[in-house]
Amino acid sequence: MSAATETALGLTESKGIGARLAKFVIYAGLFTVFAGPLLALLVGSFNHVSDPTQLSVVPRTPTLDNFRIAFDHGVLRYLLNSFFVVGFGLLLQVAVSVLAGYALARKKFPLMTLVMVAILATMMLPEEILALPLTLVLADLPLVHLNLMGTLAGMIVPLGAWAFSILVMTEFMKDVPRELEEAARIDGAGELRIFGQIILPLCKPALGVIGVFGFTMIWDQYLLPLLVAQNSSAYTLPLALRTLRIDPAVTPGVVLAASLLALLPSVLVFLFFQRSFARGLTSGALKG
Amino acid sequence: MSVREATRLTAPAQVAPAAADRPRQKRRDGQWWVPWLFLAPALVLFVYFKFIPMAQAIGMSVQEVRPYLGNTWVGGANYAEVLGSDGFRSAAWNTIVLAVGQTFGSMLLGFCLALLVEGQTRKLTFIRSAAFLPVVVPLAVVAELWRIMYHPTGDGLINQVIGLVGLGPSGFINDPHTSLASIAVTGIWRGAPYDMMIFLAGLAGIDRGLYEAATVDGASTRQRILHVTLPGLRPVFAILFVLAAVRGFRTFTEVFLLTNGGPNGSTEVVMTLIYKLGLEQSRLGVGSAGAVLLFGATLVLTVCVQLLRRRRAA
Repeated sequence: MSAATETALGLTESKGIGARLAKFVIYAGLFTVFAGPLLALLVGSFNHVSDPTQLSVVPRTPTLDNFRIAFDHGVLRYLLNSFFVVGFGLLLQVAVSVLAGYALARKKFPLMTLVMVAILATMMLPEEILALPLTLVLADLPLVHLNLMGTLAGMIVPLGAWAFSILVMTEFMKDVPRELEEAARIDGAGELRIFGQIILPLCKPALGVIGVFGFTMIWDQYLLPLLVAQNSSAYTLPLALRTLRIDPAVTPGVVLAASLLALLPSVLVFLFFQRSFARGLTSGALKG
Repeated sequence: MSVREATRLTAPAQVAPAAADRPRQKRRDGQWWVPWLFLAPALVLFVYFKFIPMAQAIGMSVQEVRPYLGNTWVGGANYAEVLGSDGFRSAAWNTIVLAVGQTFGSMLLGFCLALLVEGQTRKLTFIRSAAFLPVVVPLAVVAELWRIMYHPTGDGLINQVIGLVGLGPSGFINDPHTSLASIAVTGIWRGAPYDMMIFLAGLAGIDRGLYEAATVDGASTRQRILHVTLPGLRPVFAILFVLAAVRGFRTFTEVFLLTNGGPNGSTEVVMTLIYKLGLEQSRLGVGSAGAVLLFGATLVLTVCVQLLRRRRAA
């Protein structure tokens, strides 16, 4: 059906040798510009790149030396730190958002508007701007007087307050039909059971969205870990890249190898969960 | 986005349940504290890590912060110092230039990309995924990679490429004349595919019938884009503008890693300046005043775009 494939430019419909050639050139150009640098990174991490001019997309002599040297410089430790932060950070973020979403979507209570507005307002509050005062809070948590500076926990707990995930969960949970909940209630199911066995299992698509977005967001964190980690033992892998680069004994090839390890997790998550990703992009940005 | 969202979300709550429904309503919703129990973790974390830091930033901005000695009230002195310093003013200017360049560059390129890769074929899906990759690569990796590609001698990767068309060699991030533009290009490389995806979602929402009607009426491709596609994408442009501008204002990581404000302060932005004031010079009061001003700018921009959109919609 031609109506279904109709696009703004109508490129797919254009046939003929000239049009095909033009299309090939355009798409090859696109691929080169956006994927080319990443390809150079991939190739470079498996080649001896002793100075920046040797970066190339053409493999020469494959080697694992870059990774070996990177591991000698503690990259495995930084990678584990990153996984620790993303693992517990995401767990906390999802748990908090799911619970809050349930209350906001399925309950009516006084002050609900205020709570919702307060949470949504933080979306306009870029975390970079809060970073400095946040470190003061982390150095001496009000009431409990814990000092989380220099610990991975200090990078993890602030991740729990993430309005985007709460918004996505709330919106999604609103669409679960009341009848399901009421039927369960008549059968004597308690609050936790309704939440855990009725509502939550129906929210898998939304869980996918906040999981994928949460992962890439946490993995990309820079300023907060930089401020919290007071020495390199608490560094996450993205932070360690700069330390590696500054080290005069380390070649760009080693930085590329570490970079490859730093980008693989979020790229793989994107490739495996592309559908959740696309859904989140449109739900997060296009509403309103 | 969020204000509108909030009113929409909470609208049902404002509809009071009919009196006769009350008893059933109560039983259905359980005890009054149940929702608060579910909300408790979120409320604690938001208070601790969003609201207290915000209050603290505002508080510190009117004080001279002296660790262990106690703070002293200085009123607007920190703001006066920030606004009066050449360093901050040039950083604010750089931030605006960078934000504007990245925002419009990403939107323009993203729009063109979206038009080029719109469609259902498998080849296009592949190209789309490949083009989107930069968005999911951590910013720290993007910066380190571009640092190597921007190598300032003739045999640096990008210098070799532009050398093919007879340009360069350029110093890129090492040259005060090109450093800010180079950072913007890196930002556009990562921002354009994101905008592309949002535009694609917007394109998918355009009524196919309009295209058909335009074709029947003998409209050229250019006319079709101008009169059907662009008007249909208007809300998308507004949203992307806000998102990208806010992203631009808070830029830190790529500047910190690519140039750290250099050479010669040519790429110093507000966030790198705040970082230096706060961390390296322990001038938390002045740094906070800068942060509050940056937040104010973000807020004003968001509200202005919201108001403009409202008026146009009304």
